[in-house]
Amino acid sequence: MTMTDKIPVTVLTGYLGAGKTTLLNRILTEEHGKKYAVIVNEFGEIGIDNDLIVGADEEVFEMNNGCICCTVRGDLIRIIEGLMKRRGKFDAILVETTGLADPAPVAQTFFVDQDVAERARLDAVVTVADAKWLVQRLGDAPEAKNQIAFADVILLNKTDLVSPAELDAVEARIRLINPTARVHRTVNCAIPIPEVLDRNAFDLDRIMEVEPDFLEEGHHHHHDEEMTSFSFRSGEVNPDKFMPWISELTQRDGAQILRCKGIVAFPDEPKRFVFQGVHMLLDGDLSRDWRADEKRESRVVFIGRELNADAIRDGFMACAA
Amino acid sequence: MSVGALPSLADQVVPIEAGAEVAGLGWLGDAVMMALGDGGVLVVQGDDTRRVHAHPDGAILVSAFDKGRLVTGGDDGRVVVTRPDGTTRILAEGGAWIDSIALHPSGAVAYSAGRTVTALDDKGRAKTFDAPSTPRGLAFAPKGYRLAIAHYNGASLWYPNLETPPDLLDWKGSHLDVTWSPDGRFVVTSMQENALHGWRLAPDRGHMRMSGYTAKPRSVSWSFGGAWLATSGADAAIVWPFASKDGPMGKAPRECGVRHAKVVKVAFHPSVNVLAVGYEDGCVLLIRFDDAAELLVRRATEGSAVTALAWDRAGGRLAFGCADGRAGTITLSS
Repeated sequence: MTMTDKIPVTVLTGYLGAGKTTLLNRILTEEHGKKYAVIVNEFGEIGIDNDLIVGADEEVFEMNNGCICCTVRGDLIRIIEGLMKRRGKFDAILVETTGLADPAPVAQTFFVDQDVAERARLDAVVTVADAKWLVQRLGDAPEAKNQIAFADVILLNKTDLVSPAELDAVEARIRLINPTARVHRTVNCAIPIPEVLDRNAFDLDRIMEVEPDFLEEGHHHHHDEEMTSFSFRSGEVNPDKFMPWISELTQRDGAQILRCKGIVAFPDEPKRFVFQGVHMLLDGDLSRDWRADEKRESRVVFIGRELNADAIRDGFMACAA
Repeated sequence: MSVGALPSLADQVVPIEAGAEVAGLGWLGDAVMMALGDGGVLVVQGDDTRRVHAHPDGAILVSAFDKGRLVTGGDDGRVVVTRPDGTTRILAEGGAWIDSIALHPSGAVAYSAGRTVTALDDKGRAKTFDAPSTPRGLAFAPKGYRLAIAHYNGASLWYPNLETPPDLLDWKGSHLDVTWSPDGRFVVTSMQENALHGWRLAPDRGHMRMSGYTAKPRSVSWSFGGAWLATSGADAAIVWPFASKDGPMGKAPRECGVRHAKVVKVAFHPSVNVLAVGYEDGCVLLIRFDDAAELLVRRATEGSAVTALAWDRAGGRLAFGCADGRAGTITLSS
């Protein structure tokens, strides 16, 4: 490993009792020859032989940057700085959050803190959900809904405790909240580790590599009480209209937008413009060239609370080139 | 001026291979002591080099020096005193990571682990205080047994031997390192938002906001007498005037050693207005404050960001240490 390699960081979330610790133990005990630094809130029944374990209090700090929803995990900034002293002695970092944690401050830490961003990269948010109790939790625990909405990978766990029909219903419910995550059905979190680690979910070059089905249909809008997800597609868009639009939208409605991402085609631009956002924080860049066999079109996805889908669609469509 | 054209002392540097990232260094008499990222302490005295395993299972996260000892804190939960003769004494072990350390002229040591700050006086009596969030920085007042503790939403000033609750200096945001001016009038913290925040303790607790940095100003150094505060966090050392009773308010800072590289370490000479500046690209410069004359101590060196910089007590020698374990000393002819 060279000093310039960024350490991948995987965030494990899930409501109380869903099976986060089971997944963590599975990752740590699997024969993979890798060493992990594990950041946990409670030292529980965690199997660690060669791995480094660090206890943390979830310290969520507001940033004084005029952005009310911009919070970071102060403990994570401190711990990643300290872990870098042991650079070369571990391959990746796993962060286990408490069952009641909001994943946003963790993700935002990687956007906001330069020192963290220079040394580490957020690989994916992995959420473990309890097949039997998730629907009930989605009704009474806003944290559970955030964790589903934020996820890049969802383990729908304890599938042996529900009927096939119930399982289909709970997966459909997950899809309403988060149409872009990969969902895996598991018992005891049994899953091949590559499905969970090294996902590059926040790598702009791989954004929407997993294309959600509903994008095929054009405009879609899913409702789950107040949590909404929707996507739009359009042809080429005018960058002079699109850039101010996405920037103003996330500034204005960022508190309600949990995540957004998209691939955008600009006229006469050989490269795809890709972006992603967490609340008010946006990251975007030109990535690879459009391939000859690819249709030059623009696609955007929003996941959030009480968003006005019609207004956002109209705004996006008005950016057409 | 490009570095290539500067008068150079680079060929007079005596190189040292520390073998691991230099987390901190200091001079104790003729010895240079280095706290290393691999948990070791290196004692270099003339041609003699000795390695002490102060934290055998850990990495050193923080360190502090006074004239007789190096005190280190590690991710093994240990606080260890190492003397130039290589002897060690463990002051604490078994707890959470040690995130900050400060030394008092009386011999007292303060350290923090998690939210708990422990002050251990010269008689070994321990007092503790639970900060509102995990502290990242501690600093003793220049006079009296009083400790400044940086944390979220401000800093607390604590008298470990008094029952009175700590005095809170409040300012919204996450405060990292803390320093006390040599005359005791000002407390200054570095902040998550690439800024410094200061409080004028008398007469009115006035706030001082020092912003405009491109990175967090994690290294600060007072000039002898305390008229200037040099800081890292920009493509030059930013030096704030603190001679007046209002501190730097309404005044522009001086910028020293402007280069296309971020300043990461600063160290004022102990008795003249000369500033040593270490950059992220490995370069080290000496800058005479009065006429901005610059001397090159070390050229930019790839992968070798400066991580530690210290003058000896008399100001005749400077030592630097780097992220890749390279280090060196230089003796200045007066």
